[in-house]
Amino acid sequence: MIATRMAQALRQALIEEMRKDEDVVLLGEDIGVFGGAYRVTEGLLDMFGEDRVRDTPVSEIAIVGAAVGAAMTGLRPVVEIQFNDFLTCAMDQICNQAAKMRLMMGGQVNVPLVIRAPIGATGRAAQHSQSLEAWFMHTPGLKVVLPSTPYDAKGLLKTAIRDNNPVMFFEHKMLYGAASPGGKARTAIEGLDESFKPAPEEEYYLPFGVADVKRHGRDVTVVATGLMVHKSLKAAGVLAGEGLDVEVIDPRTLVPLDRKTILESVSKTGRLVVVTEDVVTCGVAAEISAIVAEEGLFSLDAPIRRVGVPDTPIPFAPNNEKAVIPGEPDIIAAIKSVAGGAA
Amino acid sequence: MKDDISREQALGLFRKMLEIRKFEEKLYFLFSTRLMPGSMHQYNGQEAVAVGVCANLHRSDYITSTHRGHGHCIAKGADINAVMAEMFAKKTGCCRGMGGSMHIADFSVGMLGANGIVGGGIPHAVGADWTCRYKKAGQVAVAFFGDGAANEGSFHESLNLAAVWELPVIFVCENNLYGFSTHYRRVTPIDRLADRAVAYGIPGVVADGMDVLDVLEKSKTAIARAREGKGPTLLECKTYRFMGHSRFEKPTYRTPEELNEWKNRDPVPRFAEYIMKHCGVSDLDIKNITGEVEKTIEAAVVFAEQSPDTEPQDYQEYNHG
Repeated sequence: MIATRMAQALRQALIEEMRKDEDVVLLGEDIGVFGGAYRVTEGLLDMFGEDRVRDTPVSEIAIVGAAVGAAMTGLRPVVEIQFNDFLTCAMDQICNQAAKMRLMMGGQVNVPLVIRAPIGATGRAAQHSQSLEAWFMHTPGLKVVLPSTPYDAKGLLKTAIRDNNPVMFFEHKMLYGAASPGGKARTAIEGLDESFKPAPEEEYYLPFGVADVKRHGRDVTVVATGLMVHKSLKAAGVLAGEGLDVEVIDPRTLVPLDRKTILESVSKTGRLVVVTEDVVTCGVAAEISAIVAEEGLFSLDAPIRRVGVPDTPIPFAPNNEKAVIPGEPDIIAAIKSVAGGAA
Repeated sequence: MKDDISREQALGLFRKMLEIRKFEEKLYFLFSTRLMPGSMHQYNGQEAVAVGVCANLHRSDYITSTHRGHGHCIAKGADINAVMAEMFAKKTGCCRGMGGSMHIADFSVGMLGANGIVGGGIPHAVGADWTCRYKKAGQVAVAFFGDGAANEGSFHESLNLAAVWELPVIFVCENNLYGFSTHYRRVTPIDRLADRAVAYGIPGVVADGMDVLDVLEKSKTAIARAREGKGPTLLECKTYRFMGHSRFEKPTYRTPEELNEWKNRDPVPRFAEYIMKHCGVSDLDIKNITGEVEKTIEAAVVFAEQSPDTEPQDYQEYNHG
């Protein structure tokens, strides 16, 4: 079955890898009997049994810590942390243990571990709405993945499971296209065009460190992640009507980061806008901007612009949330502000 | 103490404890007389715990350790040369000079690593035990940790998870009375940490951590239980560290009387005396073993000193697998 929703695509990736390799096991809160808060593991308990699909207590330290121990001794665990905000409860196990184990032990051991976690704001207030991917870019030893389409999600998750290092795998809630039984999740996938590329049924792996140019353009480079890829594509569509030709690049993996594709694009357009859903200060865009400033400064015809969440916890009131999460108008304004006479 | 061990077993246990003691004494000397990088946390005084527990384990069984991990490493059978070379940050070190005292590990003997974060290694033992159950390989996993770690969230989460998943991990709490400078009773409201086992529906047992035979016997029961798949055990070993918390720290927070009282129960001479009385071990046996162990440690120092230094860019090799 072709997966037109990200939850289905991720589920397919898990099923394929679990069928192929008995060492692949899943653990997390509500992933078994319930099928996962975002339905990614739906039916997998029946398919693979309780030895391989394990519901856990609400114990993020033990979930990640046990997964580290299992990974060090021969399994390939895939952890689901229900909201990426809850990763904070397991930071020692992620950043001091999983990330550092291989170097500390002088290469005696690998930690083939994937930690999946949903990101993004969907009306759930400050502790269920963050996008924390930048924190993990700051910890060497981890790889960081953030897909924006079902196609990318499947191919990248399969690669993550085969990787011998710990991989942080972030999934945007608005792109799953799935809700708990009886629930009505907010989704952004209705109305997305062919840019929300479905995942085919057959097997494929997408390499880490290779960005995907989601839209080719001459005038301005936009680097965007997750849901912001789609908002940027919509913005680019609007601006095309005004004669501005915008290129949209999705890095897909933040560690390793495809610097080459970004720098080549900037050398062509001379203008860069980075659009992400994390907090701007020390965020994903700060790193990408610094790389371009260091290695591509003389290609730039205008200052770099970052579009992200201002320095605030995400507020609950829907109009406040909307005010802090980048929207199409913010992206359009930023692109126009750097475009100058480009059009 | 019990007297149902053979002369051979007695000598084996004595030799291991003495290896740890002499290793630590040599290390203290090396740190104080010459340039040895970093810091260290010494195990002197607690030898009976690591040796008593590990005597019941096979090479393929797993242990996780603490920042005070030299004893666990040696007791589990790690190569002393490689452990010593790691202290010297040499290329031949068990972690290729990348980990040092706080991260010594030897995966070839199931020693999954010392750990610089208090309580950090406890859930790794749970995960290792999961692998054992899943692969039906018959091994067990032991988590060593201190009284300080028993107040970490990882302790609670790990014991709960092991109990509810029926993973027969042996949780060995080495209660040496102090977390750095703080007496455990100032930060822990109960005398017996083993009593916490009740909260997880698992057995909680207290052993005399200064008596290798008591540790041997009580851990034997816990490990046998684990091998039969009957679930985890919390084993608290009451013990004492003779040195400061780290390197040359002077333990101003405890009295000389207290130290002397525990030194009177020093597990190494105490066991030597016992086996000479009960196991047909002679004064000469003790002397011979002592000489051999000293030679082993000296040889480890020579090996480490003569080993090649790390290159400044070596770390790059170990960053990603």
